[in-house]
Amino acid sequence: MTPSVTLRTPDKAPTAVPQQHKKAELTLVSRSTQIKERALSLLFFLCAIVAVLGVVLIFAFVAVRAVPLFKQIGFLNFIAGTKWSVANSQFGVVPFIVGSVVVTAGALAIGAPLAILTALFLSEIAGPRARAVIRPAVELLAGIPSVVYGFFGVTVVAPLVGRMFGGAGFGPLTAWIVLSIMIVPTISMLSEDALDSIPMGIREASFAMGATQWQTIYKVVLPAAKIGIIDATILGMGRAIGETMAVLMIVGNAPQMFAGLTKPIATLTSQIVLGMSYATPGAFQTALFGMAALLFIISMGLVLTVRILSRGKRGTYDA
Amino acid sequence: MALDPVNTGALAPAVVHDMPVYSTPLVAVPEETTFFVRNMEFHYGDFHALTNVSLDIHDDAITALIGPSGCGKSTFLRCLNRMNDLIAGTKVEGSVLFGGADIYGPGVDPVDLRRRVGMIFQQPNPFPQSIYDNVAYGPRLQGIRKKSELDGIVEDSLKRANLWKEVKDILNKNGLAISGGQQQRLCIARVLAVEPDVLLMDEPCSAIDPTSVQKIEDLMAEIKDEVTTIIVTHNMQQAARVSDYTSFFLQEVAGEPAVLVESGKTNDIFTAPLDKRTEDYITGRFG
Repeated sequence: MTPSVTLRTPDKAPTAVPQQHKKAELTLVSRSTQIKERALSLLFFLCAIVAVLGVVLIFAFVAVRAVPLFKQIGFLNFIAGTKWSVANSQFGVVPFIVGSVVVTAGALAIGAPLAILTALFLSEIAGPRARAVIRPAVELLAGIPSVVYGFFGVTVVAPLVGRMFGGAGFGPLTAWIVLSIMIVPTISMLSEDALDSIPMGIREASFAMGATQWQTIYKVVLPAAKIGIIDATILGMGRAIGETMAVLMIVGNAPQMFAGLTKPIATLTSQIVLGMSYATPGAFQTALFGMAALLFIISMGLVLTVRILSRGKRGTYDA
Repeated sequence: MALDPVNTGALAPAVVHDMPVYSTPLVAVPEETTFFVRNMEFHYGDFHALTNVSLDIHDDAITALIGPSGCGKSTFLRCLNRMNDLIAGTKVEGSVLFGGADIYGPGVDPVDLRRRVGMIFQQPNPFPQSIYDNVAYGPRLQGIRKKSELDGIVEDSLKRANLWKEVKDILNKNGLAISGGQQQRLCIARVLAVEPDVLLMDEPCSAIDPTSVQKIEDLMAEIKDEVTTIIVTHNMQQAARVSDYTSFFLQEVAGEPAVLVESGKTNDIFTAPLDKRTEDYITGRFG
């Protein structure tokens, strides 16, 4: 009986005897914890700054090495020159810019629809079983080294193109076919993420209004995922423009202006690699650095485009 | 006992079990019945969710479906426009007749059914498009292109949804940029724009502000003569306020299928329920 009485007393004691109410003792942050926390945030900061430093330093290094060329042959002759001849000290890069643009645009024109339709199939149409087979296959494509793609181009695609259109088959068309497959996983996986992030509710709303699946995809889902899909496509474009090894193996590597889908050309990346192997210090080498800087600027332009497109239009789905 | 094809439309239900009232083949479905459900069973894969549901939904009236969470009332609602078709592994048995025709009959087009049986969801789900485009979505699907005609439909639908005054100057604004309650009324306007015969509302007021709730309840009463409305609600005051008929669903044992316990005029259900379980629920003894 007594226990119940003693149990109740603590509840009432504070009001009855206020002077017994003790001031709470709060533990102060210990010196060691403080130091540890500071050290950790510094470590994280340093790691993050490596990326920033990397971008700045690489660009500065490449650009500085290219400056002597501009003094020697003039910036305009470099960026707008159409003749590339090491023997004659002509370093016009227009053929390579055109080559890169042609190869990238074609690869995108084939690869982007392929990838976006794949993403739509996986996200909107496929049943669990089809998804379980196709999605890993697409992801595997991303894991294949580009030299293997190059081999595929050399041994399968190029002979096929050669037989159909004449010549050896090395040129933009072969590059389109191989590159378009290479960029599918990038665009498809990112597009699928964009599609999956759309709330199920708006699809249901569309179906519940008597829309067919095609109408729902075309009029509701695609517009809603537009920004994400554009992002994905631009990243795929970055992949295509920067791709080196596979392109080098199949594009033909002739430093000449684009003249037809089966005529060999060269791109910025392939020409840099080719030149680097034998360029001696001097105008030739600085021209290669100039091309690298140009490639850098183009890629950065693409990343910035993604950023600008994403800004403001993101966050439509905060709910 | 097959139903008379003349009376029931082209698609007679496969089975109508022993329902003495409807046993004469010539009088299959009573008039003024929008939905005529008999012995409906519903499965989500292996889970038997609803059993032996038989219910008449009356024309141009508001029917409330009430019951504790997980009692299958939303599932039942989604059977009426075949929204459950979109979930893999679901199965419906029994008869669900809409205007006398079995909506689960062979060859029935769920797309056309859903145009005639519109639906409002718990979470407002406007498309990330302008308010105007949201409302014009359905009419455009039906091939209406003329600007003046669309303008008229958009204005009329927004007025019926009690939203016109608030948005008439911001029709180009994104449908997601307005408040949750306004979004829900936008969704109602969007559905009304396709002139459905029936409006299914799945807890439409549980995620929005009281002012909008009031406006939605008002509009439900206003459109009652044109649109048969079925509303799932957790709010029993709301069911009592807005509905003409009430059905009480209950899952008595977890893992067992839920049943329709009692249906009737709302007034009768709330003042003189016949079943003890209904009485327990509406007096707040469980749920």
